[in-house]
Amino acid sequence: MSMPFYVAPEQVMKDRADYARKGIARGRSLAGVVYDDGIVMCAENPSATLRKISEIYDRIAFAGVGKYNEFDQLRIAGIRAADLKGYSYSREDVDARSLANQYAQILGQIFTHEMKPMEVEILVAEVGQEPDGDQMFHILYDGTVMDEQNFTVLGGEAEAIAARLEQAWGPGLGLGAALNVAVAALAGPDRSIASGELEAAVLARSNGRRSFRRIEQAELAALLPDAVAGATPPGGNPGAAPPRTGPSAEDPSGSNG
Amino acid sequence: MPLFLPGEDPGPSFTELLRRTGRQPEVPQASASDRFEITHGTTVVAIRYADGVVMAGDRRATAGNWISHRSIEKVFPADRHSGVAIAGAAGPAMEMVKLFQLQLEHYEKVEGGALSLEGKANTLGQMVRNNLPAAMQGLGVVPLFAGYDTHREGGRLFEYDITGGRYEETRFAASGSGSMHAGTVIKIAYRESLSRDQTVDLAITALFEAADEDSATGGPDLVRGIYPVIATITAEGFERVLEPEIEERFRALLSELSAREGPARLPEMSDERGDDDA
Repeated sequence: MSMPFYVAPEQVMKDRADYARKGIARGRSLAGVVYDDGIVMCAENPSATLRKISEIYDRIAFAGVGKYNEFDQLRIAGIRAADLKGYSYSREDVDARSLANQYAQILGQIFTHEMKPMEVEILVAEVGQEPDGDQMFHILYDGTVMDEQNFTVLGGEAEAIAARLEQAWGPGLGLGAALNVAVAALAGPDRSIASGELEAAVLARSNGRRSFRRIEQAELAALLPDAVAGATPPGGNPGAAPPRTGPSAEDPSGSNG
Repeated sequence: MPLFLPGEDPGPSFTELLRRTGRQPEVPQASASDRFEITHGTTVVAIRYADGVVMAGDRRATAGNWISHRSIEKVFPADRHSGVAIAGAAGPAMEMVKLFQLQLEHYEKVEGGALSLEGKANTLGQMVRNNLPAAMQGLGVVPLFAGYDTHREGGRLFEYDITGGRYEETRFAASGSGSMHAGTVIKIAYRESLSRDQTVDLAITALFEAADEDSATGGPDLVRGIYPVIATITAEGFERVLEPEIEERFRALLSELSAREGPARLPEMSDERGDDDA
């Protein structure tokens, strides 16, 4: 007769959290930054087809880091939940807070009840009708929800990147300036990131009903050279990007101050 | 939040998702049109021209011989590069448009790219076919679908029958109670490669003539300022023609017609009005 194998609950939770954290830390980080026309999200992503950032609803975007198949499953579940709610009630009843809570329930449930936690961190962002209505919910692998202001960072190196953003971010940044601040923070002082290695998208108030828009490679490359200088003073004449209605790769002249 | 096992996943289809989550609307079991007057939308047209397609629809909805709405809209954007126009039972038709718009957007979001125009046309065909049991109970919907095909670089338009049959037209299509009159007007005046302005004028004339002959089709309402909804679909996307332009074109048509036709009088009626007076 052998004794039943016992592991303290504290140990189980700690092991699962360590496992999830390790999985997340293997991938690259992602930043969401508030700018004058909404929220810009930016991630290191060498793939041009497997996306980390995507549209959920009219004013809501989703971003994930960690294991691709897991956050992609969550992304699709979010689109389904949002579209079903908008269909049953009305488009304006779909909000990021409710989605974030549902995500937290799922992640919390899986973390405590399944063999393996999800190795993901996700961001649910909603652009407000007015600048002070922007919301960003950062949700961890165990279902912890954080309501973040101004900027948020997901991924293994989140703390260091957030510290750099804290230094560089200021209110009223234009799109180019905000993107440069985000990329500089993601890269850190010792390296630079080529625009081909980046994925970026915005939730822009000026975009009409569907505020989500990807920043395609040509536009991204045009917006980013100034990042290298890193000397853009926060809030100093940021010069907003011209409003756009759809994906385009026009020359974004004067989009950065 | 709906989560599915890999084998049970509804994929990018929103209607399939509705089915899986038990939200599929029920089909009426008995004939609705025998018991109630059902509100019907009437005349819509779509015309191909050089840059794409013009879609137009009158604003009247009727229930039997009642005018139930004067300002209903029957032409809608389906997504950025396509539009849908409806005729038939107004309630189910509105629901079909709402579901179709959602279906296209849902697909685009889940798959990360839009359906082809062909795919959109087939999707709408399936929705019309799924409505067949309701159509048998008197709730038929017969839409028109038109769009700008970004692969082939040109406008395309499709009409449907009540069974979901999908027919691509090369020149124009019309649906609804006034479609015979509107279609004939377009058929006579249609030429290859019309300009945008000519096509909008043709749509306006067609709807006016349809309203002139069919009581269920609404003409321009000068008193309330209600005019047909007209939209163009080109490489730039779906765009509504603004109301002042439509009003101006209608007024031009009306003055042209009244100059041509004058007051209609039979010769012997000319000056005999005194008998019943006093």
